[in-house]
Amino acid sequence: MDLLRFATAGSVDDGKSTLIGRLLLDSKAIFEDQLEAVEATSEAKGYDYTDLALLTDGLRSEREQGITIDVAYRYFATPNRKFIIADTPGHVQYTRNMVTGASTADLGLVLVDARQGLTEQSRRHAVILSLLRVPHLVLAVNKMDLVDYDQAVYDAIYAEFTSFATKLNIPDLEVIPISALQGDNVVERSTNMGWYSGPTLMHHLEHVHVASDRDLVDARFPVQYVIRPKSDDFHDYRGYAGRIAGGVLKPGDEVVVLPSGMTSTIEAIDVFNTEIAEAFPPMSVTLRLADDVDVSRGDMIARVNNAPTPSQDIDAMICWMTNEPLRPRQKLAIKHTTRTGRALVKDVQYRLDVNTLHRDQESKELGLNEIGRVQLRTTVPLLCDPYSKNRTTGSFILIDEATGVTVGAGMING
Amino acid sequence: MTATHADYRLSQLDELEAESIHIFREVAAEFEKPVLMFSGGKDSIVMMRLAEKAFYPAKIPFPVLQVDTGYDFPEVLATRDNWVNRLGVRLIVAGVEQAIKDGIVVDDGKTSRNRLQIGTLLNAIEDNGFTAAFGGGRRDEEKARAKERVYSHRDEFGQWDPKNQRPELWSLYNGRLHEGEHMRIFPISNWTELDIWDYIGREGIEIPSIYFSHTRRVFERDGMLLTESEHNPCRDGEVAAERTVRFRTVGDLTLTGCVESTASTIPEIIDEVAVARVTERGATRGDDRFSEAAMEDRKKEGYF
Ligand SMILES: Nc1nc2c(ncn2[C@@H]2O[C@H](COP(=O)(O)OP(=O)(O)O)[C@@H](O)[C@H]2O)c(=O)[nH]1
Repeated sequence: MDLLRFATAGSVDDGKSTLIGRLLLDSKAIFEDQLEAVEATSEAKGYDYTDLALLTDGLRSEREQGITIDVAYRYFATPNRKFIIADTPGHVQYTRNMVTGASTADLGLVLVDARQGLTEQSRRHAVILSLLRVPHLVLAVNKMDLVDYDQAVYDAIYAEFTSFATKLNIPDLEVIPISALQGDNVVERSTNMGWYSGPTLMHHLEHVHVASDRDLVDARFPVQYVIRPKSDDFHDYRGYAGRIAGGVLKPGDEVVVLPSGMTSTIEAIDVFNTEIAEAFPPMSVTLRLADDVDVSRGDMIARVNNAPTPSQDIDAMICWMTNEPLRPRQKLAIKHTTRTGRALVKDVQYRLDVNTLHRDQESKELGLNEIGRVQLRTTVPLLCDPYSKNRTTGSFILIDEATGVTVGAGMING
Repeated sequence: MTATHADYRLSQLDELEAESIHIFREVAAEFEKPVLMFSGGKDSIVMMRLAEKAFYPAKIPFPVLQVDTGYDFPEVLATRDNWVNRLGVRLIVAGVEQAIKDGIVVDDGKTSRNRLQIGTLLNAIEDNGFTAAFGGGRRDEEKARAKERVYSHRDEFGQWDPKNQRPELWSLYNGRLHEGEHMRIFPISNWTELDIWDYIGREGIEIPSIYFSHTRRVFERDGMLLTESEHNPCRDGEVAAERTVRFRTVGDLTLTGCVESTASTIPEIIDEVAVARVTERGATRGDDRFSEAAMEDRKKEGYF
């Protein structure tokens, strides 16, 4: 059994909560008491059906407003796979939540209402998923029951979306006609849409191949923590703990430590009290080196002939997440892998209109929920790769030094 | 490692373990004074195991804090001591009784011990100057937890502001704090109850014996089976009788209900959990049942 993380997006009322409620219910992730609470609430509100959407509705303030306003995580499992859903709201003003949910996702699920077809928001969702390099995308055409399960409606949406998607970076796309409310093509194959020969949503989620999405070629190991037991049994033990960000590392590999440039050989790779033969992403391991080189947190271990170039000039797409806009000359804290430093905003090159993909070069700032191309100068060199090659070594966050709040998410160009 | 190296895939348990270990190490590297909150329950035992693995062969580089309600199960305290001794970590016990005596919390006879833990805990964090407190919360436990971050920021009053959480992207955690604030850290956020049991089974680690089927004198109250004890005598009309039971969660023994069960091994418990149709909290925690939003209210006040 392995793990699939997916992010969901849809405009208000497209049926996202109903769909998630159904996935949870049909995979038996909903317990009796949770269902009873929801049935009672539905009845109290005078609904004549159980509102599955209530199952995924989180905090009280949101319940009172009747909307979802933040990223919520849900869990369910089938015999083949465990799923983590990052449930993100579809409002205009909540790009930041979608970016957050998409940052860890292997797959993005965008809902549209069959009656309305693609909206500005569905395009925006696809753009964000593509910017965040979510490798698999599913467009679920929902409420097919309300358009008489008509193939022509599906075909039109399919054609419009695939033509739009050519402008984006979507390596794998599946368009599935469903009814979240009636259950068609969610878990059970619909008997109302004989014209559709593709997979059901659940079948696709269970079988989509995600292991190969990770970079297994370019070895990257950001050092997190140095383990020195200073005990009698492990007197000389010195291990570099961290999580493999890319590639496969083996004992005997020649490696370079950045930014110092010192080289050594991997003596052993430990996972708890066992030595393992190879390490690959996203394993947490401890490396021991053959030589006594100086290594500390924030350093990166890579292969001698395949290492990132340390750089203090960073060109990145940034999603801005706070009210006070991002402007040239602004100073921020930056966290990239296990490295922290400070960054100066040199230039805002353009702002990206996530609906039209238009690049607005006039505006020299980024407001809340805006995405743009920005040049930064950092106090410490970043040991980075383009985000398109590695989502771990290509990403960073920006922190407001006064408030301590995370205000920006960056994806390095290259 | 049960990884299938041929195609470089990790099993879901290995992936969850790797994520949690990454979080433990990140906190140990970035925070001045972390502490692990230990309830004695299965989740906090899994946390101990993950911390052990994260720093091996070194000792866990932070102490363990337990809030003693005064009404804890003796079996749980025994397991706690075994773990603490084996790992050689420092144990700090913050007692609710003592906090009542010191006037830090007020026992008005109506407030449950679980609730009095909040004040006791916050006081212990403040007194010791802890800047990060690991908790065993899981997002699958309850709706309000589903939105909690791995790094959950608490203000000077220990409060959580659900509307004002920091965005959490990739695995880049932001640990910035102001004077007097602290961070709650939830390394097993993404684990489900079943993952926890699978892991306990796979690792073969010690958990309190009350999780396994045993006989006990219990009585029924509000649809729950509670332990008969000096702290929790039967009220009028309630009769205690011996039954074969086990606990699904551990906490204050006056409030934690058990279920009738013959599951006496981890695989039997897993079978039971896999078909159970009531959440662990809903079934057996008196303090969560008062309202749908009960958990959220307590969390805002600083409950773990
Ligand atoms: N007929 C029909 N109604 C649906 C379907 N999916 C959702 N709905 C209804 O559409 C409304 C909005 O759904 P909800 O799940 O709350 O949308 P959300 O805002 O995207 O989470 C509710 O009244 C649902 O019952 C569907 O497939 N068919």
